[in-house]
Order: sequence, then C-alpha cells, then structure tokens
Amino acid sequence: MGKISKESRDYVYMDNSSTTKPFTEVIQGMSFVQENLYGNPSSLYSFGLESESLIRHAREEVAYLIGADTNEVYFTSGGTEANNWALFGTLRAYEGSKRHIVVSCIEHPSISATADYLKHAGFEVSFVPVDKQGLLDPQDIVASIRPDTCLVSVMLVQNEVGTIEPCKDIGQLLSHMGTRRPQFHVDAVQGFGRLEIDVKAWGIDLLTMSSHKIHGPKGVGALFVRKGTPIKPLMFGGGQERGLRSGTENVAGIHGFGIACKLCKSNMKETEANLHRLKQKLIRGITSVFPDAVFNGAGPEASSPHIVNFSFPGFRGETIVYGLEQRGVLVSTGSACSSRKKEPSPVLLAMGKTRDEAWSAIRFSMSRFTEDADVETTILALQDCLKELEPWRKKTT
Amino acid sequence: MDRILLIRYGEIGLKGQNRTFFEDALLRNIERVLQNVTSSKESIRVRKSQGRLFVTGVTLNNEKDLIRAISKVPGVVGVSPAVSVENDIDLIIHAAVCLMQEAIDGTVEMKKAVPVRADVNPTMPTFRVSTKRPNKNFPMTSPDVNQKIGNAILQNMPKLSVDLHNPDIVLHIEIRDQRTYLYAYEAKGPGGLPIGVSGKGTVLLSGGIDSPVSAYMAMKRGVDICALHFWSYPITGERSKEKVVDICKVLTQFDPDLRLYIAPFTEIQTNIIKDCPETYRITIMRRMMMRVATSFCKQTGSQAIFTGESLGQVASQTLESLTVIEEAAGFPILRPLICFDKTEIVSKSREIGTYDISCQPYEDCCSVFVPKHPVTRPTVKEAAAAERKLNIDELVNRCVLEIQEVSVL
Repeated sequence: MGKISKESRDYVYMDNSSTTKPFTEVIQGMSFVQENLYGNPSSLYSFGLESESLIRHAREEVAYLIGADTNEVYFTSGGTEANNWALFGTLRAYEGSKRHIVVSCIEHPSISATADYLKHAGFEVSFVPVDKQGLLDPQDIVASIRPDTCLVSVMLVQNEVGTIEPCKDIGQLLSHMGTRRPQFHVDAVQGFGRLEIDVKAWGIDLLTMSSHKIHGPKGVGALFVRKGTPIKPLMFGGGQERGLRSGTENVAGIHGFGIACKLCKSNMKETEANLHRLKQKLIRGITSVFPDAVFNGAGPEASSPHIVNFSFPGFRGETIVYGLEQRGVLVSTGSACSSRKKEPSPVLLAMGKTRDEAWSAIRFSMSRFTEDADVETTILALQDCLKELEPWRKKTT
Repeated sequence: MDRILLIRYGEIGLKGQNRTFFEDALLRNIERVLQNVTSSKESIRVRKSQGRLFVTGVTLNNEKDLIRAISKVPGVVGVSPAVSVENDIDLIIHAAVCLMQEAIDGTVEMKKAVPVRADVNPTMPTFRVSTKRPNKNFPMTSPDVNQKIGNAILQNMPKLSVDLHNPDIVLHIEIRDQRTYLYAYEAKGPGGLPIGVSGKGTVLLSGGIDSPVSAYMAMKRGVDICALHFWSYPITGERSKEKVVDICKVLTQFDPDLRLYIAPFTEIQTNIIKDCPETYRITIMRRMMMRVATSFCKQTGSQAIFTGESLGQVASQTLESLTVIEEAAGFPILRPLICFDKTEIVSKSREIGTYDISCQPYEDCCSVFVPKHPVTRPTVKEAAAAERKLNIDELVNRCVLEIQEVSVL
C-alpha cells in the first residue's frame, strides 16, 4: 500500500511529511464536484447553494477533528497561507498597540521566514530555543512574554524531526496570565489528523491545518480562529469566509479536505499505535545496519510516530536521497522546502547538532499506508546504499 | 504584393566553388527549423536565388515566429520581412507606401526605436530610401527611384521627414530580374557557418556556465554537435541531469537535431577515490572523461572533442593540466573559450539563454569530489603513475557500453 508507481516501477514512499497520497474517496469526491457542482457558492440560485452546502459539511469535519465550533474554521489555500495570516492578521488587529511576538527557533519556514520579515519591517520577534531533542520548555515561552506581546506561535509537531511540542502545557500556562495573555497560535500542520487535538482544552486561539498532509488534495488548508480572537484578513475582496478570507472558494478542494478529515478521524488511534510500532522497527533497523547513525529527535513519548530522522555522519544527505531513490525508496533531507537550499537545516543546528550531522540528515516519514514490508525494504536499501557510497564518505574527526 | 522573408548570409558567399554546398546546407537547416514552428497546413517554402534565401508563404500571423526561428540559425546574418511586386514603378510605389505605413504602425519592427504611432508622439520619424538595381533593364536609375518613392511617401504620410544620414527607417528596394523586393527592417542572425559544413564533434556538457557556450560556438562554426554528459548518480540526482536536458532544449533553437548522451560516471569516480592520490583526482577524472569521449567519438563519427575549458579558471585548466588531459585523448580537444574571461563567457551565456539554467544550484559531478589542494602543475609521467592501479580499459569500456541517449524534446 505504501508503494507508488513511477514509470512502471514501484517505489516505497517514505516521504509523507512532504505530502501524502490522496485517499481514493477524496479523488472520486473531488472529481464529482469538478464535473457536476462547479457553481459559485456565492451565487443566489440553487446550483450555487449546493456548493455552499458542500463547504459547510467540510467545515464541520475539520472542526470536529480539533474540537472546534464549525464557524471557527476558515479555509485557506494551505498551511503557508494560514501561518502567514495568523502572524500578519494578529499584528494588524493590534494596530501597533502591541508589536512583539514570540516564536520557537524550530518553526517551519512559513513561520520563521514571516517572522524574519516582520522583524525587518520594524516589529519585534523573540525566538525561543529548544533542547537537544528539539523540545521547548513552556517556562521559556512564558519568560519571553512582555507587556507588548500580542502573539505566541509554536508548532505542534516539528516537521523535520517529529518532536511534539508541549502545546497543551503552554496553552494552560498562558491561560493563567489574565489580561496580559497574548494570543496563542499553533502550527499543527504535521500533527493535525494524526494526533488528538483539542483547541478548547489546550487554550488555543489560532491553529493552522493543511489538507495534503493527511491524504487530502494540495492547495487547501484552514485556520482555526477561536470566536472573539482579534484578527484582520490577509486577503481582501468579495467577503467570502465571513469577510476574513476573500476569494472564490476552492469547492472541490475543500470537499476533498473534508473527506480526508473524516477518514483520518475514523481510525486515528489504531493508526497511531501501528505507526509507533513501525517507527521502533525502523529505528532498530537503521541503528543495526549503520551503528554510526545519529538519531535526531525525542523519545516515543514526545515525538510523532510518523517521522524518523537520522544523521549519517560523513555522507551528504542529498546523496543518500538519490542512492535510496535508485533502490526504490523515496525519502528527503530535512523538510522538502529546505531540501533545495544550500544551507544545512537550521532546525538541526538549533538542536545543537554539528554541521556535519545537519548536512547528512535524512528524514523518513510514514503514513497510514506504510506497511512492515516498506520498512524492511527501506532498511535493506539503506544498508546497500551506504555500502556503495562508503568510498565517498568524508572521514570526520 | 506578396509577403516574403529575405535571408542574408555572409561568409558563405565567399567560399568560391563550395558555395552551393554551403547554401544548400543553410537552406536545409532553415527548413528543419521551420518544421518546428509551422503547421503542416501552411505552405512555406525556402528557395535560393542570387545570393539570398527567400521564404514564401509568409502571412501576418506567422511572420514573427518565422523571423524569430530563422534568426537563430547559424549561417544567417540577417532576416527581413519583405514584400515583392512586379517590376512596375506604380506597383513599387504602392508597396513602398504600404510598407512604410506598417513600419510606422509597428506592424514591422524597426531598426531603431521610434514612436509606435507617429500621430500621437510629436517627434517625427525620419526615413531614407535606398534602391539597388541589379536589373539594368529597368527603365529608371536608382537615384530616380529613390526620389520618386521618397516623394510618394511624403505625400501620403506628411508626418514623416527625410534624413539621408541618420534615418530611423531605411526602406530598401531591390529591383531584380523577375521582381522587386522591398524591406525596412532586419533581424540580426548569429552569422557563422551552417551546421554540418564543418563536420561532426562531441561537446562535453557539464551543466555549468561554460560548456553550453562552447557548444554554441562550435555550432556557429558549422559543427554538427552531439552532447555528452557525465552523470554521477546517485552522487548527483535526477535534477542535475534534467538541468543538462534543459540546456540542450535551449541549444535546439540553433540545431533542432541536437542529441544528448549520458555516460554513467560513478563507478570511475569511485575507483579514482579508492585507488588514486587525492591531489591527482581531478586530473585523472578529466583524463578518464577524455578516454570515454574518444571511444564515443569513434562510435558517433565525431572528429573532435569540444570543452568549455578556459585558461587558468581552475586548477585543471592550467597549461600543464591541459597538456596532461590532452595526452589521454585520441582526438583533438578544441576549446572555444580558452582565452575568454569569465565575465565574457557569462555575457555570452546570457545571450544564448542558458545562463539561468546553468545557475540552478544542483551539484554537478565535479563539485563533489574536488580535493582541498589539487595539483596545478601535473606531469604526464606522474599522472600515469597516479592512475597505475586503475583498470583503465575495463572501466572505460564499461562506461561507454552504458552510454544512453536521452530525449531532449
């Protein structure tokens, strides 16, 4: 099941943190909508109303998955837009009365690059460090909050190493701050649909979700905005999404997103347990075929079951990616977004890894479709690939 | 009044008895290029006559595409959109007025930037009529024709004025035996010689900035090029191969039949790392490339190896290094860029259109295995000693056997 076909060759797809294979039901549902329900949801006639009701159903599915009210979910073009919106939208809502935000130093580029820009544009940003496992200390977050802090933004699951950040604890600490409490944004792109999330119990104001990481279509995501949270739109226009996100709705995409949410919810617990088991199997396999491999991330209690990250000191991560591709296994170096850059992963450097470790890191990421055989193939391919590349290994000191 | 294109070529005209051979090659090459831009329904023909090539079947719809395509073909000095009429002064005047009107309206691009609409902009375009009359049976002399046509244009388009020395538009009129040709604009071509007239060659294409320029320059001197890329999968990925394919796509503007071959190079490099001294790695790698290329040339009928080497650019491009590399080759290594500065190469590569592709950040096979201190003054003797442990023939044969053609389209 974890196999994809490219030029009539089977690949084991171990790059599910980059994107995932859409559910068959998603493709069928979207294709039906594209063909039959192409009406504009804003139109007055009933043909448009049908589209509108599809969107309402999808909104219910998304909200249900995070314990939100239906009308607290706003569809966007994806995780990047939702993250940008959370930061820009909050700062705009405060109209300069509060000019400081707090983010962790291991955020996805859609947060970190936005934060860099905001800093450049005259706002103030504090970057909170992590420990060797990539874990934030909730007390560090609280300590960086100032009277003019309007937003704390922390990711739920780190996309390169899989560490689960203590968002629940942070949310609870923040809730004790009374009137000084800033808004709390969680980038849940890697955790959404895979882990239990409860925005109410965790005290979350804004939460980013993406569809294509949970077997839905690309080009759709959502931002949860708790009722009463001050936020201004990023997109102005026809006033769709109750005035907060203009632009004609991506009806088919939203419909597909809703289906994916429903299917993920149906057996989330079993999937999680199975992935935990496969993760341990993969970790054991990698350390046995290559004892010098350095594990990056946290223990099973504080990390997502779908991501495994190892460094292979002396090798170039890119080369291992190609070597595994040659053997039919698809993985990535760090996040796909930073794979094409020339700098080693800033996330691993922030976790105190050496440059060599950061250069040689490989991320294996699984999904509900990953099977034991896929993990076994991956381990064998890795063994074979590292053996062939051994002459190219830099002798490290 | 027929629309045609008039193609000028330079050097070919000088080649004495071989002239027909060169002209026929250019004509064939232009026909090949035009196959890609025209639909089969259009009846476009190329023919030669009196030191020019003429394209017939031109319409306002296809004119720009045809000019763009033809202006890339090596051997072409210039291509002009023209009209032809019978040798009758009234018809010539009518055509001249129409052509000038088009030039002013911007239908035909002009030699110099002039306001697109003369009536909007107060600055008035200037023009000159330049008549040639190889057909001495035509009853008027060239100066008479100039004057008569000039007057007619001024009468019809009072906003224009004549400037004999520095005009915005030069209206050329050629009165030939059968018909008269008129044109006011020329798109520059690359010049040089038609591809094929100088024989066959193999260019080593790395994906960097230099080698595509070298390939282009070889094409421009009439060489029928095939490209050979050494690919070190899995040290470098699929994308670094795609990059070379993309570069070749750009080069097919000049030679639509360009072919690209990929030689798997990892095994040779791995053996060099294992069995040769680090300082000699690059030298030996280049020597191995030359050996593979030599064998490839024999198979494909190439008579020379072209590279993008430029003197002193890197350690392997000193005179000593080039000598040692050359020693391993069985064909002449030609280096069109040998005395070019990097900035000159870069500007050439921008002109050709390969620069942006070359600058994409994927590793090529050279950048992975470069030692800290490569030898800059190698000798043939030391190189031979350094590669003693390699099973050269076997490695080269295996590599050559696995060379594969990749589609550029």
